[in-house]
Amino acid sequence: MVGGEVVLSLAWLIPVFPVLAWLIIGLSGRKMQNRGSGIAIPAVLISFLFSLAVLVQVAQGQSYHTSFTWLEWPGFQITFGFQVDPLAAMMLVVVTLVSLLVQIYSLGYMQGDSHYSRYYANLSLFTAAMLTLLLADNYLLLLIAWELVGLCSYLLIGHYFRNPGVPQAANKAFLTTRVGDFGFMIALMAIFNATGTFNFQEIFALAQTGAISQGTLVLVTAGLFLGAAGKSAQFPFQVWLPDAMAGPTPVSALIHAATMVAAGVYLIARSLPLYLVVPQVMQVVAWVGGITALLAAAVGLVVNDIKKVLAYSTISQLGYMMLGLGVGAFFPGVFHLMTHAFFKALLFLGAGSVIHAVHTQDMREMGGLGRRMPYTTLAFLAGSLALAGVFPFAGFYSKDSILAAVYASGNSVLFWMGVVAAILTAFYITRAVVLTFWHQPRSQGAEQAQESSPVMTVPLLILSGFALAAGWLGADFSGNILGGFLGTEFHLPRAIHHYVTRIATVAALGGIVLAIFTYLFRWFQPSVLTQRFPQCYQLLQQAYYFDRFYNRVFVTGTIRVAEFVAWFDQTVIDGLVNAVGRLGKNLALLIAKIDILLIDGFVVGFGHSVGRAGDRVRRWQNGLTANYLLSLVWAVLISILTFKLLG
Amino acid sequence: MIPLSWVLALAGLLFGIGLLGALLSTNAVRMLICIELMLNAVNINLVAFSRYQGQAHGEIVALFAMAIGAAEAAVGLAIFVAVARNSKVIDIDKINLLKW
Repeated sequence: MVGGEVVLSLAWLIPVFPVLAWLIIGLSGRKMQNRGSGIAIPAVLISFLFSLAVLVQVAQGQSYHTSFTWLEWPGFQITFGFQVDPLAAMMLVVVTLVSLLVQIYSLGYMQGDSHYSRYYANLSLFTAAMLTLLLADNYLLLLIAWELVGLCSYLLIGHYFRNPGVPQAANKAFLTTRVGDFGFMIALMAIFNATGTFNFQEIFALAQTGAISQGTLVLVTAGLFLGAAGKSAQFPFQVWLPDAMAGPTPVSALIHAATMVAAGVYLIARSLPLYLVVPQVMQVVAWVGGITALLAAAVGLVVNDIKKVLAYSTISQLGYMMLGLGVGAFFPGVFHLMTHAFFKALLFLGAGSVIHAVHTQDMREMGGLGRRMPYTTLAFLAGSLALAGVFPFAGFYSKDSILAAVYASGNSVLFWMGVVAAILTAFYITRAVVLTFWHQPRSQGAEQAQESSPVMTVPLLILSGFALAAGWLGADFSGNILGGFLGTEFHLPRAIHHYVTRIATVAALGGIVLAIFTYLFRWFQPSVLTQRFPQCYQLLQQAYYFDRFYNRVFVTGTIRVAEFVAWFDQTVIDGLVNAVGRLGKNLALLIAKIDILLIDGFVVGFGHSVGRAGDRVRRWQNGLTANYLLSLVWAVLISILTFKLLG
Repeated sequence: MIPLSWVLALAGLLFGIGLLGALLSTNAVRMLICIELMLNAVNINLVAFSRYQGQAHGEIVALFAMAIGAAEAAVGLAIFVAVARNSKVIDIDKINLLKW
């Protein structure tokens, strides 16, 4: 099929369209006014259609790889390239689709914003960076795109930069992920030092033949995981994600579903062949994932901000993915990444719709929105069921496969951590749903809330469809299309699958029922618990005091160091510089004195003497003609006398 | 024939009168006349020497000197007339507009 190959060979164009959109909007500046969306949305739409075409080609067994030399020295060279494999093809479609829906949704949500076009420019660049990251065939290009993603998240989180606390949140997101990026860079240096290449396939081949020493591999995988943990907000880097809620809600949807945090999981999934060689680091990945999943889910129980509930839920779900990848299960991790992208984008956009209508993010001021916003409620409910993992929604299949993989790996502690996290997940999302949509309105904003415009609800309903159906791709009854597409053998014994499915379903339903009894029927007052165990409640409310700890240790420490450096700069360095300056100044003053006294004295004196001489000579020329005539007579007489005497 | 020394004495007397007149008078026209006097004293000298040497050189120079003297007098008078018309002053010491 010739046409298909052409499409595939042009895959590198996919990120180019959003980049163009970004350039056009960005360079037009104020002239663009509110027309930015008119450029950004078609661009991402083209990218989406292109990605679909590429996906079709890849599904037919084609693959694509192109590379060119970027830098060349005598002795080694760095090549850049793009590749499309099943993983990349799947993610391309997910990213462009979510980005497209988010941008359409933003038409309504960001309407009237004073930085409307800048918002769309940043969204375009964000999408382009993520697409480049997916298409990269080597770690260096991936790192470049990775940093771009970080930059864009900074820009977008800081969109309302005039509001108090927003710049800090943007800084926090950027700096926290930077810490992890250090690990990433160290890993890159180590791998290049060991292999002389950044290309994925070459590195994996070398690692599998044992050409790379075990120590280097541990360093590399640990460094990569550090980077991924920063990006994907894993324990102990999770602090930036809840604060990132300061950005516009559609941005949160994009960050949480398709771009920013997905990059970390994608990196680990991409590098899984390396991790499989070093089981020690795999263990770390699995444990960090499990701990993150559990701890973040627990915080989700007590948070009152609807966006923060979803933020902690994202951290927790990313923990699941890491857990899955950590036990070596490629397919479940990627599967959950895909389904999560859809239902988390849905949840965030739903929350955005609610916030848009009620003008608050606090769930205690909502309530009773079910009748007032039927479409939003329906969509949010679909997302919640998918998140909780209820049959037949998407989360049910993907979470199941992760838990099954963990169970099959034989680590029962991690398995039960995952199950408990599943119960907590079901509980907190049901709590959020009940608090937001059921009972009577608890504030004026909630009473007057109205359903959002179709431009917002239609993307919600589309995403609802995906939240329901995306999981079927990886289900047994469909013959696991996705697994076959990704080319991974993931078959667990039927008994394990059934056992895990039963436990997971019980966990999900248990959590939901518990939350319904507590919050809907109010058989039980949650405040009893918070009063009984205030320390526990505070621990969760403060998210395990991580922020306070980091503030005390790192922020304060950094400020102390900075103060010391400033002191050193001001006293020692400045003193030195000032001394040199003063020396020069004094020398100059000395020279100036010499100049004034000697040189100028000479010059001025010369001038003065000429002036004085002129003054004297001038007297001769007194204007009395007789005098001149007399001088003439004298001159004649003197010259005659002189000739007489000499001659 | 009148001895040369007599003629030279007359010329010296005329030159001395002209010089003193030029030095002591302030009237521009009078100065011009005195200068003319000195010029003619020199001419007498030239003619006298020419006669006593039996050559025509001196007389030719005297003729040129007279022509130049006439021209000079004409230019000088023209200037003084112009000055007098402008400022009603003919006193040489008061014509000092171009002085420093």
